[in-house]
Amino acid sequence: MKHLRLAILAAPILLASAAFAQNQVATLRNTAPLDQQGEATQIPGIVNTDIRQVRNYPDQPPLIPHKTDNYQVDLNANKCLTCHSRTAVEVSQAPMISVTHFMNREGQTLGAVSPRRYFCTQCHVVQTNARPLVENEFVDVDKVLDYVHSKQGGAD
Amino acid sequence: MWRFIKRAWWIITRPSAFFSLGFLTMGGFVMGIIFWGGFNTALEVTNTEAFCTSCHEMRDNVFEELKPTIHYSNRSGVRASCPDCHVPHNWTNKIARKMQASKEVWGKIFGTISTREKFLEHRLELAQHEWARLEANDSLECRNCHSDESMDITRQSKRAADAHERFLFTGEKTCINCHKGIAHQLPDMGAGGHGSGEGHAALLPSAQAEKAELLASTRSYLAQAAN
Repeated sequence: MKHLRLAILAAPILLASAAFAQNQVATLRNTAPLDQQGEATQIPGIVNTDIRQVRNYPDQPPLIPHKTDNYQVDLNANKCLTCHSRTAVEVSQAPMISVTHFMNREGQTLGAVSPRRYFCTQCHVVQTNARPLVENEFVDVDKVLDYVHSKQGGAD
Repeated sequence: MWRFIKRAWWIITRPSAFFSLGFLTMGGFVMGIIFWGGFNTALEVTNTEAFCTSCHEMRDNVFEELKPTIHYSNRSGVRASCPDCHVPHNWTNKIARKMQASKEVWGKIFGTISTREKFLEHRLELAQHEWARLEANDSLECRNCHSDESMDITRQSKRAADAHERFLFTGEKTCINCHKGIAHQLPDMGAGGHGSGEGHAALLPSAQAEKAELLASTRSYLAQAAN
């Protein structure tokens, strides 16, 4: 019983310190108190260099290195495919969509883009020059392999 | 009625016995200014965004689509409104276009595109008219603002610079060839005979009976191609 009373007393203090700790977490609110309007950060610019970026892992959908503002991708038209479709790449010199995009879910290759691969920006995204809120600790698989090999010390 | 016409003809074919030549000349001159000025003023009124969007067909469909595009809202605040792209600036061509536009009055009266569904049904045809017009006049309305001489491609992205260098400066293509759908949504591009697989409606599964028929006709097409 005594412990319970102590716990009830301690609870608000613990909650307050937890809230204080949460304030230190990086958010888009930029540590503005909840009852106040935080200052909005500037909308970051979209990277438009046209330089293809490295994939972080083999299955990563390649990133879009250009702006795609107002690109129409719907039942009627697909703006991306006006350059990236199989027939358009000769004129546009853009990379062609991969052959996996012609396969249906049974692995059968179709004559045209498979409906499930039609909406490009479901997987492929543009990059912005926004400052990351938290540091990315992702380690590339090549670095992992290097580490493993160095640990093994040429044993195999 | 016939007597009235005969009498009017009799009056205007005889020299004036009452008004002086100077009065008639000045009168003709002043009335000319009023009528010609009035005509051109009325013509210019039909050449405004407010006039175009006074009909719900334009206001609810194409004008709504224009709003989020760069021609309506952008960093420098220059706006291209309806007549900037759809009416030639040159007087003769403008009159020709306005005479064509009398068909649009007909369409308005009989409600050719009076609902969203009717508009979507006609969208491809309407778009094709505009594409054909811009292809025929070498994208004149685009070039009223976007001149290739004043275009500094070093300030464009590499992709845009390459494309303009290869196709625009060589005259191989004109603006509208690549920039369709820049200010309005595109119609079904698959059905538009462009055949580059840009549209998706053609990929949707069709009824089973249609499929069998299609398979048979495809086989005969392939057999013909082989011969």
